[in-house]
Amino acid sequence: MASITLEGLKKTYAGDVQAVKGIDLEIQDGEFVVLVGPSGCGKSTLLRMVAGLETITDGTLKIGERVVNKLEPAERDIAMVFQNYALYPHMTVYNNLAYGLKNRGFKKPAIEERVRKAAKMLEIEEYLERKPRKLSGGQRQRVAMGRALVREPEAFLFDEPLSNLDAKLRVQMRVEIKQLQRRLKTTSLYVTHDQLEAMTLGDRLVVLNGGQIEQVGTPMEIYARPASMFVAGFIGSPAMNMLPIDYLQARGATELLAGLPTNTDIIGIRPDDMRLSPPDAPHLTVDSTLELYEAAGAESHLYVRLAGSDQPTVIRVSGQPPVKEGETLRFFVTREALHPFNSKTGKRTG
Amino acid sequence: MVENRPFTNVLTHLVLIIGVLVVAFPVYVAFIASTHESSAFVRGVLPLLPGDNMLATYHQMLSAGWQVGGAPPVWLMLGNSMIMALTIAIGKIAISIISAFAIVYFRFPFRMLAFWIIFITLMLPVEVRIIPTYAVVADLGMLNSYAGLTLPLIASATATFLFRQFFMTVPEELMEASRVDGAGPMKFFKDILLPVSITNIAALFVIMFIYGWVQYLWPLLVTTQEDYYTIVLGIKRLMASSDRVPAWNLIMATVTLAMLPPVLVVLFMQRLFVKGLTETEK
Repeated sequence: MASITLEGLKKTYAGDVQAVKGIDLEIQDGEFVVLVGPSGCGKSTLLRMVAGLETITDGTLKIGERVVNKLEPAERDIAMVFQNYALYPHMTVYNNLAYGLKNRGFKKPAIEERVRKAAKMLEIEEYLERKPRKLSGGQRQRVAMGRALVREPEAFLFDEPLSNLDAKLRVQMRVEIKQLQRRLKTTSLYVTHDQLEAMTLGDRLVVLNGGQIEQVGTPMEIYARPASMFVAGFIGSPAMNMLPIDYLQARGATELLAGLPTNTDIIGIRPDDMRLSPPDAPHLTVDSTLELYEAAGAESHLYVRLAGSDQPTVIRVSGQPPVKEGETLRFFVTREALHPFNSKTGKRTG
Repeated sequence: MVENRPFTNVLTHLVLIIGVLVVAFPVYVAFIASTHESSAFVRGVLPLLPGDNMLATYHQMLSAGWQVGGAPPVWLMLGNSMIMALTIAIGKIAISIISAFAIVYFRFPFRMLAFWIIFITLMLPVEVRIIPTYAVVADLGMLNSYAGLTLPLIASATATFLFRQFFMTVPEELMEASRVDGAGPMKFFKDILLPVSITNIAALFVIMFIYGWVQYLWPLLVTTQEDYYTIVLGIKRLMASSDRVPAWNLIMATVTLAMLPPVLVVLFMQRLFVKGLTETEK
């Protein structure tokens, strides 16, 4: 186990396309860090650079104290789980797990012992003699994890490992990956575009956009204080509502907004911070028309049109409140729920 | 067919039966002719039932050949043809799978140029380049040798192209996974790529074996000694006796024997062959 240090890591493809534009990141020993961002943000490229599958254009990559920029993937002592599992189709599960150990010159009994141990941990012992073709998606996923596990590497790298699974299995495997990582305490770097996966798995999240880091922090830090409008829109579902500050001032919220930095021109409000009943604390009041009522069991999403504005806005409430589409809806927001942004820089102002 | 009407059933079967007859009847006639006296075939009325001369004819051709017609024993020619077909098939596969591996998995300067040069040789089969190729083989002193028989036919753009297309459908992650697992390029080739391509190799082997087996023009040019005659060449020599009545029973016996090895190869590799052309293990 080791820490992973990225210093000014850059990747430029032929034709001057900058996929990764200088990333500084320190991943502690035993930490589970999730790289999250929309497609094309460079998260997979960054992971593949750490793995050694992409060359590093500029910057330094350290695993532990070793600079590994020029090393082959096998020499970096990392293990990777691929999105499509990449199991060797002609080998049995046992041989799939054993292949990396064989190449490293392990003796047969040692291989046997490690494979059995990993298989037991992942509950794939009964499939050891089968070929990947005969396994279900979830079982293949386990084998792919097993192949990483047997090596007992310094770090695990996951490249969207759950995105080929169905929703139920995805949740189940998500929990298992988390538990496994807790138990083994192996440094892990995990790439996903699914913000829920990112929130639930990571000790820390790294939100990437356009090849750059938007924000680094624990999931709750990022959720509670998004550093930019991009992060605010990306983390949390439904996405945060963005309202022009002028609109809120015109609704008579001048007093409530008075303390915000002067360059604030956008106010972000999470859908769950919009209350249908007035709180005790000072708050602002907005009238709207309910356009669409989405009941999702434990919670409901209310898509509303604000009075005097075209801004699409969504409110999240628990349970199913007794309102009908077309009715006027009044909601309340307290001071703590306001996220001030500047629309020019896209950054948080206070 | 999705439809199931009696009329279309009859029609489709009729077409199939006619097709089978067109292909199989000449083969049957050849076999029948090889079991009669040599005079039976030239009488004008073709016998359609086996005669009683079969064992004698086949025994003569296999053991002694027909020296009057200039044909060595069939065993020898079968052996030569077998060596030639196997060398060509295996050689073609070995060379083309390695070149395809280089073209798909390595980034070297002029990679695409190399590929296109290989591809262009599709337009240059032996028949087109036969004089210069003969000159080269003759200068290298390879006339009347197995090397001379096979080497010029081994380079294969078709097989290289086929393997290239196949390799491009193999997920890149397999290569990356093996890199992470500590396998170098050659280990990846041996441990992953070869086993995954096995059905393609089998399909190609069948095609190339038959290609090698039916070669006529090239062996005719480079062999002048009986020791190196191939079976196809032998059939021609048996027939070419211009001032004699051809010994049709002997010719047809040789033809029947010549057909056996390709038929066996196809029969035994049929399952792999069909698999190789239709599905892949990925």
